[in-house]
Amino acid sequence: MSDATATIRPDEAAHFGALAADWWDPKGSSAMLHRLNPVRLGFIRESIDRHWGGDIESASPLAGKDAVDVGCGAGLLCEPLSRLGAEVTGVDAAPENAAAAAAHAEAAGLDIRYMAGEIGTLDLGSFDLVTCMEVIEHVADKPAFLAALTTRLADDGLLILSTPNRTAASRLLLVGAAEAVGAVPRGTHHWDDFVTPEELSGLLADAGLTVTQTQGIAWRPGKGLHLSDDMSLNYILAARRA
Amino acid sequence: MPQPSDTRDLLILGGGLVGMTLALAAAKKGIASHVVDRADPASLTAEGFDGRASAISTASWNLFTNIGLAESLEPYGCPIAKIAVTDQLKPGRIDFAPEEHEGSLGRMFANRQLRLALFEAAKAEPLIAWHAGVDVVARERGDHGVSATLADGTVLKGRLMVAAEGRRSPTREEAGLKIANWQYNHRAIIAGLIHSQPHENVAWEIFYPEGPFALLPMLDDEQGRHRSALVWTVDESDGDGVLAMGDRAFIAEVEKRMGRIFGDLQANGPRSSYPLGFHHTAKIVEHRLALVGDAAHGIHPIAGQGLNLGLRDAGALVEVIAEARRLGLDPGDAEMLARYESWRGLDAFMVSLATDGLTRLFGVSGPGASAIRRLGMAGVQRIEPLKRWFMDEARGVSGDVPALMQG
Repeated sequence: MSDATATIRPDEAAHFGALAADWWDPKGSSAMLHRLNPVRLGFIRESIDRHWGGDIESASPLAGKDAVDVGCGAGLLCEPLSRLGAEVTGVDAAPENAAAAAAHAEAAGLDIRYMAGEIGTLDLGSFDLVTCMEVIEHVADKPAFLAALTTRLADDGLLILSTPNRTAASRLLLVGAAEAVGAVPRGTHHWDDFVTPEELSGLLADAGLTVTQTQGIAWRPGKGLHLSDDMSLNYILAARRA
Repeated sequence: MPQPSDTRDLLILGGGLVGMTLALAAAKKGIASHVVDRADPASLTAEGFDGRASAISTASWNLFTNIGLAESLEPYGCPIAKIAVTDQLKPGRIDFAPEEHEGSLGRMFANRQLRLALFEAAKAEPLIAWHAGVDVVARERGDHGVSATLADGTVLKGRLMVAAEGRRSPTREEAGLKIANWQYNHRAIIAGLIHSQPHENVAWEIFYPEGPFALLPMLDDEQGRHRSALVWTVDESDGDGVLAMGDRAFIAEVEKRMGRIFGDLQANGPRSSYPLGFHHTAKIVEHRLALVGDAAHGIHPIAGQGLNLGLRDAGALVEVIAEARRLGLDPGDAEMLARYESWRGLDAFMVSLATDGLTRLFGVSGPGASAIRRLGMAGVQRIEPLKRWFMDEARGVSGDVPALMQG
């Protein structure tokens, strides 16, 4: 990634590349992502059903639709989107991630296209669904990145973003405690890069999008991670063209 | 020539009452399964193969309704209007009777009738591939799926393996899931009775120091004779003797224990027995594996909850897998299996413990102990919340009830 317009810091891409092989182990260093996955998929499913007015019981609500997951890692989100019926493209800045993801999808019998590179420089066309989970906090030039995502969004498309909030609680728990106890690998987060829901909503408006729903992802003993009104740690939002 | 099979969501090992209910409930949600059982269905449903009867709680009945069995089963169910609990027929009896609007405490069915209805529905269900009368010689749980190899070389593939083989589940043993296990050194004698007076839909639990003596109301037979199913707990050392008795001697022993509450008695059909024990696994899931029914927890039949617990496992597991499907997750997703485990683990353990506690309470001998038991029973009679808990458990409506089992 020597491209001068690169929006992801090279040191961050290298950091995730080192984790690639371990991604799919539910007890490995991505254990937190595996636990987070059903929670954010719950929000994504609800957004899909609402956005396209589909049958909430359907096993393939994304049939006939294209989806791209930006910052796809080893495909933890791409594979569910593929099972839900979408033609899925996964993009990741780290080539090791894209390679690991492709190998896993093939073994699982899923037809998913993975590409290494940056969403702003790859020629991909547009998608009905654009997802970008836990990426924007790693991005240096957020307006440029959101503009690139918006370019990929079809006119009637749905964009879903999730990211940690910038609060005292997230500083303590996500950056401090979670990395200290190993729940999240050290060096994953830089708190100063986090955006609040208000800031993100403003940035999206600048990109020509309007936020249709936002929910917190909270954690409680006995209940684990769950969707909540409490956005102090992490949040997930749906947006469409204004 | 064995053919390689298609990969289905579920590979269910054990196609008995719980395994087949699971397969049918999954099919209603669009989830396909392989069901593998070593027994031949014709022998399982032959007259006289299994004289056992099961209490089907309200929640379990709701599940049968949701999988389309209610209509075919309805004519064979005998509603339980009341449960009478006594200590050796002495005064101090507790009656569990629901209020008018609460409906029955459950229905009694011959296990044979349940099997017939389940097997018929399974045959008609295209999402169930039923492999009966076959032996599994190898099991594999890999990164992307599971498989079972049959004796003839056929390999059946799925995403999630479900062990529904009963208390001696070889799949559980092979996975190394530890069970807490103790035997009661008692045997349950199962027999049918014909009696001259109607049971009036009352189930009896009569406690003796050797264990409970339970009478469960059944529908009258074709000739209009009144029937009940007997579950009589005897000492392990007496088990064979009771099985070998002539009908007349057997009825005399039975009459000593139940008196003439139902008038004249007559033996009905063959007698069978099985050893009683308590077992429970703390872990009911492993990599791409879930345990259901007696493979996960076996309980004393004193409260008639064994099958209901297993059916609740089936309802909960289907709900979790259907949710995984709604989210696009693999049916064997570790996170979703963890949800099943935390949902069912505690519930099953509560019922197991309570049932075991009851058995121990009533398993203590001596006249002093009997007085304590009667006091205990009067206590239960008085303490409304406890009585409510007992009744809700019997009806299967306490705790977090799977959606498939709600009315």
